[in-house]
Amino acid sequence: MSNVTLSVKNLRKKIGKKEIIKGISFELREGEVFGFLGPNGAGKTTTIRMLVGLIKPTSGSIQICGYDVKKEFTRAMRYLGCIVENPELYPFLSGWDNLLHFARMLPGVGDAKMNEVIRLVGLQERIHDKVKTYSLGMRQRLGIAQALLNSPKVLVLDEPTNGLDPAGIREMRQFIRQLAEQQGLSVLVSSHLLSEIQLLCDRVAIVAGGEVIRVGSVSSLLDNQEKAVWRLDPHNKGMQILSRYTEPAEAGEGLIITEYAEEKAAAWNRELVENGVSVLEMNRKLPVLEDLFLELTGGRTID
Amino acid sequence: MINLVQNEIMKLLAKKRLLVIAVIVAILVGLFTYAQMKSVETQREKLGTSDWRASLQQQIIDTQNRLGSSRLSDEWREQLQISMKQQQYYLDNNINPSEPGAPTFVRMFIENSSDLFIPLLVLVIASDMVSSEHALGSVKLLLTRPVKRGKILLSKYIALILAVSAIVAMTALISYFLSGLIFGYKGLNAPILTGFTVENGNLDTSEVRLVSQWKFLLMDLGLVWFVAMVVATLSFMVSVLVRSTAAGMGIMLAALVSGAVLANMVSSWTSAKYLFMINLKLTGYLNGIAPPIEGMTLLSSISVLLAWWAAALFVAFFAFIRKDVF
Repeated sequence: MSNVTLSVKNLRKKIGKKEIIKGISFELREGEVFGFLGPNGAGKTTTIRMLVGLIKPTSGSIQICGYDVKKEFTRAMRYLGCIVENPELYPFLSGWDNLLHFARMLPGVGDAKMNEVIRLVGLQERIHDKVKTYSLGMRQRLGIAQALLNSPKVLVLDEPTNGLDPAGIREMRQFIRQLAEQQGLSVLVSSHLLSEIQLLCDRVAIVAGGEVIRVGSVSSLLDNQEKAVWRLDPHNKGMQILSRYTEPAEAGEGLIITEYAEEKAAAWNRELVENGVSVLEMNRKLPVLEDLFLELTGGRTID
Repeated sequence: MINLVQNEIMKLLAKKRLLVIAVIVAILVGLFTYAQMKSVETQREKLGTSDWRASLQQQIIDTQNRLGSSRLSDEWREQLQISMKQQQYYLDNNINPSEPGAPTFVRMFIENSSDLFIPLLVLVIASDMVSSEHALGSVKLLLTRPVKRGKILLSKYIALILAVSAIVAMTALISYFLSGLIFGYKGLNAPILTGFTVENGNLDTSEVRLVSQWKFLLMDLGLVWFVAMVVATLSFMVSVLVRSTAAGMGIMLAALVSGAVLANMVSSWTSAKYLFMINLKLTGYLNGIAPPIEGMTLLSSISVLLAWWAAALFVAFFAFIRKDVF
């Protein structure tokens, strides 16, 4: 197993008497994109703000590359790059001055590194313009450039595609994958969009109500939940036969949904055909994380 | 640390606040210079231009005659000698005592602006030093760098000290050069009376002596700088505690204005002398102006202000280091 770069253990946060983060634990490994998925108000942003040292946890520990965020703040932060919510840079400074500002806060980051990250995010043309003249996508890229200045091992991105247009989202997604695969960064991406996580992440933690409900690879979480969709003629007889073996569900438009497993699907198919039911259509269906999410959280909404 | 201070100055300059302040000062100085010029003109019309030397000469001769009398008390004699010395200086250097040069104008301007105008200018910069980072959201980037929070706030505070010094220096220089265009630049060495103390409602003049104007100006500027620093530090604290710049400015503005109003009506409420805003007119002590509350002295005022300064600094750092950023 590759190296653990970020380790969160039993993280809790109380505000007043209300516990809003109830013991979150997870780990990030080198070179992976880790999704942090949950509805609004699930505690994603609070957790992320604790990771980057903006909020002090009530208890629990956070280690970045082995350094405790609480006890060795400056050392831990050397390995971390982050954008919390939107990259709020100084609009009255040029892109270059913004980078210079943050480079001055880092040991041994000079012009060469600044030029490198500017090239990486493709902002060479506009870098000396004031940030207030930038589009949102350009600000996002400048934010990433800023986060990469210290050559971090862990990159934390809170809702990185918020407010971007579809082209910008695709571009951002490719960029994040590239960082993880080519530079070995661990990237933590939070999102309330399931499709986003599905396309971008290797592993995912599903959060709701201040707790991690499930952690796993995106594919394994999906495999467990795979379904089969049938279209049968005659419909009612087919339904009857299937219900001998499993619990088929009506999916509307003459479709029937059952669980899916290779051996079983073949056997049921044979049974149906032998009983004079024509199988017009049979599909494997990957669940959208939306359904998975509803299933895992029991449909509860946390506001 | 120098890097961080550089950052803060870069942001300060990019916001162009200091430039705005310089323009405000220049406009006000222009206004006051014009007003002063008008009043000098009317005075000149009343008195005539040619005879101020003659009348000054006459005053000196009168004083000399009175000094000749043996029935004068020692104290009174000393006083007369001092004022004669002052008049002689004006005569020798061809300065009309009722027509100020630039140094006198600067002195008056600085003294009159020490308890409200300069604190207001300082407020413009200090009150958004921290809260603007919250308003922009850039605080999230600032505090997730490998730099301790205390260091970040310290760099901001150092930048603030530099900015306050720049404002005081700027006010002095702008008023000197602008008013000098009209009034001329002479009078830097003119003798000024100082050393008054007010005790039990009486002006005690036993310590009175003459100081050359440039020395007096430096003392004035020192005191004004001190007052400006106290106000700046308090606004800085408010800026840490209150996330909205407008609210922070409002709070400090209310405090300053209430100080100016209270100063006229608190003479019987003696514990008010521990309020910082009552103690802002330090330059008054140099000129022997009665303080708003009896028993206040330059030393007591400075001590009260120092206590507020230290407390504000402590609260600002304590809150900034501990606060969760949502």
